[in-house]
Amino acid sequence: MTSWVYLVPLFPLAGFLILGIFGKFLKKEAIIGTIGSGTIFLSFLLSSLILFEWISKGYSEPKVVVIYPWIVTGDLSVNIAYLVDQLSILFSLIVTGVGFLIHVYSIGYMHGDRGFYRFFAYLNLFIFMMLNLVLANSFLLTFLGWEGVGLCSYLLIGFWYDRKFEGTKIEWTGDAGNKAFIVNRIGDFGFLIAMFILFLNFQTLDYLELNKIFTLSFDGFYNTALITTTTLLLFLACTGKSAQIPLAVWLPDAMAGPTPVSALIHAATMVTSGIFLVARNATLFSLAPSTLMIIAIVGTFTAFYAASIGLVQNDIKKVLAYSTVSQLGFMFSALGVGAFVAGVFHVMTHAFFKGLLFLGAGAVIHGMHEEQNIKNMGGLRKYMPKTYSTFLVATIAISGIPFFSGFFSKDEILWKVFDSGNILLWLILVVSSLFTAFYMFRLLNLVFLGKERFDSYHIHPHEAPKVMTVPLQILAFLSIFGGFLGIPYILGFWFSEHPNLIETWLYPVFTDATKILASTGTIKAHHIPHLAIGEYILMGFSILIALLGIILANKFYSDETLAIPRKLSTKFNLFYKTLYNKYYVDEFYFFAIADPIISTSKNFLWKFFDDKIIDGFVNGAGKVTVAISDILKRMQSGFVQNYATFMFLGVIIIILWMLLIV
Amino acid sequence: MELLLSTLFLPLLGFIFLLFINREKVSYLKFFSLLFSIGTFVVSIFLFLKFDFNNPNFQFKIEQIWIPILDAGFRVGIDGVSILLVMLTTFISPITILSSFSSIETRQKEYYSLILLLQFAMTGVFVALDTFLFYIFWELVLIPMYFIIGLWGSKNRIYAAVKFFIYTVVGSLFMLVAIIWLGIYVGSNILQTPYGFTSNLILIREVLAVNSIPFTVEKWLFLAFALSFCIKVPLFPLHTWLPDAHTEAPTPGSVILAGILLKLGTYGLIRFNVELFTNSAIFYAPFFSILAVIGIIYGALVSAVQTDVKRLVAFSSVSHLGFVVLGIFSMTVEGMQGAIIQMVNHGLSTGMLFLAVGILYERRHTREMAEYGGIARPMPAFSVFFALAMLASVGLPGLNGFVGEFLTLLGAFKSPILNSWLYTIFAATGVIFAAVYLLTMFQKVVFGPITNPVNKNLKDINFREWSYLVPIVIFIVWIGVYPKFFLNYSEKTVKSIINKTYELKIAKPNPSPYFKDISVTNSFTK
Repeated sequence: MTSWVYLVPLFPLAGFLILGIFGKFLKKEAIIGTIGSGTIFLSFLLSSLILFEWISKGYSEPKVVVIYPWIVTGDLSVNIAYLVDQLSILFSLIVTGVGFLIHVYSIGYMHGDRGFYRFFAYLNLFIFMMLNLVLANSFLLTFLGWEGVGLCSYLLIGFWYDRKFEGTKIEWTGDAGNKAFIVNRIGDFGFLIAMFILFLNFQTLDYLELNKIFTLSFDGFYNTALITTTTLLLFLACTGKSAQIPLAVWLPDAMAGPTPVSALIHAATMVTSGIFLVARNATLFSLAPSTLMIIAIVGTFTAFYAASIGLVQNDIKKVLAYSTVSQLGFMFSALGVGAFVAGVFHVMTHAFFKGLLFLGAGAVIHGMHEEQNIKNMGGLRKYMPKTYSTFLVATIAISGIPFFSGFFSKDEILWKVFDSGNILLWLILVVSSLFTAFYMFRLLNLVFLGKERFDSYHIHPHEAPKVMTVPLQILAFLSIFGGFLGIPYILGFWFSEHPNLIETWLYPVFTDATKILASTGTIKAHHIPHLAIGEYILMGFSILIALLGIILANKFYSDETLAIPRKLSTKFNLFYKTLYNKYYVDEFYFFAIADPIISTSKNFLWKFFDDKIIDGFVNGAGKVTVAISDILKRMQSGFVQNYATFMFLGVIIIILWMLLIV
Repeated sequence: MELLLSTLFLPLLGFIFLLFINREKVSYLKFFSLLFSIGTFVVSIFLFLKFDFNNPNFQFKIEQIWIPILDAGFRVGIDGVSILLVMLTTFISPITILSSFSSIETRQKEYYSLILLLQFAMTGVFVALDTFLFYIFWELVLIPMYFIIGLWGSKNRIYAAVKFFIYTVVGSLFMLVAIIWLGIYVGSNILQTPYGFTSNLILIREVLAVNSIPFTVEKWLFLAFALSFCIKVPLFPLHTWLPDAHTEAPTPGSVILAGILLKLGTYGLIRFNVELFTNSAIFYAPFFSILAVIGIIYGALVSAVQTDVKRLVAFSSVSHLGFVVLGIFSMTVEGMQGAIIQMVNHGLSTGMLFLAVGILYERRHTREMAEYGGIARPMPAFSVFFALAMLASVGLPGLNGFVGEFLTLLGAFKSPILNSWLYTIFAATGVIFAAVYLLTMFQKVVFGPITNPVNKNLKDINFREWSYLVPIVIFIVWIGVYPKFFLNYSEKTVKSIINKTYELKIAKPNPSPYFKDISVTNSFTK
């Protein structure tokens, strides 16, 4: 099975080509939808088969399947080749599994859209690129996927290209797409330079080869400027793709795309690429303690920054977008303290519940005829019971209520951060969790509970069709039970030595990195699983925090007059405004970076330097030539006397010259 | 041998043939010019297939002395550096002719014959192995291009044509002096040929490989050649003819300019500056690389503030060609390979951008971006092609542009001659800016709502337009997905050029297990 891995990305590629080229002639939405989601299902099936093969045969060493040589010149030799290991199998399953559900959902969501086939073509291309990203055996192929998913994100954000979208200096959906692509390119710059550094020093971009080099002589590399620079540059790329400070600004605007896109690309899969990249190069990152520290700090601050903005947003998708940024911050915090498994685990559970939340939001928007402002909703529970119940599940899961999936992964992150000794970071993350529970239940209250605040004469909310609700229900199931794959030892010790299946599964991937981290003292080496009292206390604490957030939100927003929030927002108006305007980061970037560059380019480089200086010189040279000729041509007057005079003068000059000089 | 001759002379034959066609019979003119150029392309495919890419030397060589007193001869041949560029020429030419069918509406006879003459001259530059012959072809290129801009261009065409002509001629005159000096030096000082002059390029190469010219003189020769080539490229700050020429030229003129003509300059830089004057090339490499990097950023920034879509694409050429020059002067295998593939890429993707702009121009007769918007709705197929060209230019992996950019940047990064990361770091910002100006342009033209009601009824591309866009797309994808196929052709020749550089002129960097590059070990040990 493993040797057939190339089929995993090949199915979506085939789907893309079929739909992209012949989609126009396929008149039936059902056929297009079947092709679009069927190809993904096949990939999912194959990925599952590979997983079963690995489990049943007990493989642990990574396997490489070479397809063909790609860029080969000089010392550079990069193949199109796939690296199959526990990490890439897990990510393939998430991508194709959640991807498949979202494809099915889209059949209902995009029903009747003019660009129905185009939509599915783009989605298939996205899955293809995403699979290349996670299955790649080298940086360069990951980069292909990395930029490829960026392209699909761009195309899908601007999918409804003639619709308006509001944002800072954004007017149309396409502007939001541009912003996403350009901001990501800034990150990709880091990726490129990092690849150059690695290639220059190691003559390879192959993950396994690099890993071998790093592991064999990690003493020589530990904490060197070389490794730190490389990892920081890679992390810059991660901040782009995974929307972290300072490049987080594009993700909220990416909500201009159709909602399934937000669910698939901007919540479940693409934005977790950054986590994947760090996890894939765990060994490399473990050699750079200062980079890890920066990752932890950036992740934590992003978690807080985005969660605080999420508290006051009124667009249902914007709330979820900031929530995504915040959750990604949690994942990076985990990576930063060396808890790679916890980070990857949260990627998985987050894919379930955040995908579900977005799809639920899509169902709401669908049912409310494109209304997205939660202030104009309320009481939808009655009209959309299935959407409500699944949304509720996801909300509970993300808030961290015990035994829902989010609880396990988030709690593990919090514990690992605490255990690493970064108490301040832990505290900030706890506050962010409080915010998370609060804004999610605020959202739930305003959308589904309470009185109807919409014009029920014109708007008749309705439940989504089955093709949309069934994926919701499956995701709800996963959001409830998905967490049991990662039961912490303190809860599962009574039935197994290794209750945390995810950890056991991913163990071989991170062995080298963990060894390095442990031997350098970055993480504590727990050789045997043990019961720590502190862990129980912290767990109890974080449950209390989640409950506090829920209770506060319910208190604030179950009251129809919204008296408390109103009072708070007037009392702390400056705070409120800052949060509402996202800390004015966009405005600052335009003011400090984008606008000066544009005006310098226009007024100085183009209008002055090009037109005045260079062309002034060029045209000046022409003018001088003409002017000199103008004088000289007077000598050709046509009068014989003049010529005779010149001749006479000439003879005199020659004679003088001969007499005086020669 | 016959293959190379036919590739070179078929367009000339077509030029002569067209002179005998009645100017009223426009469809005959179109048909035969297309026939000749497609015929040339077919012949060149055989040339391509018979080319042995394991041989780094010149192949299909022909030598025929015509002016014994100068030892000037008809000497032609191709190697790994020129084969891809010859193919690019034969490939782009029929496409420009196809695109001319609708864009050229006056004096068709002169036009189509000039296009064929131009193809002949450009191919000649790439295959000439004789400095004298090279110079003739080099200058011959100017004449048809001058008329194409001057006669069929838009409003400001005369200014643009004259500017183009004078700019280029100034450079060529310096090159002529250098060619003469070189011929006399090799002919009389070293070889003592009967007339004391030679223009045999292969001979000059061999001689210079053993007896190098005094460095002080070589520097001047290098600069004389470089000036001529850099104007053509164009390298910052010699670029100001380009936006005017590109903007004013008719669509096919712009396509040829961007697609092939600019590559004459970069080709010359490899063939003469790097191969003949390696010492000076190493000496001046940082200087030219700095100009290239400035050009990359400058072209991109200025491009970002254009309102005229054709001018925008023109400035983007300054940026893209900067990568080529940087790759060449990195003097590494990766860099130069990247430069060569980037020349082809730029020809394809920028050529296609100009074709796309031309398609719009023919329908709306304006190049102002503000006039467009929402084109995706009336012209969906067009928008897909436009998007592909745009993305190829942006350097998206999987399409051709990425391969060239990546390799040139990598080459500059590891270059022991440039010996600094800064070139690549600054140049790589061009990758960011490329996204800025191209995506913004695309947004303004293709996306958004239809603001101008005239755009509502624009016709999507027709069969003829499909027929010349599809082949370009095939190569854009092919080079992006399987570049090895194309890189193979130039690999051996480039390796031999670079190896010679290292053998003769400088010591190879000392390979250590992990830190191969000296600069890195210096700055990056704990």
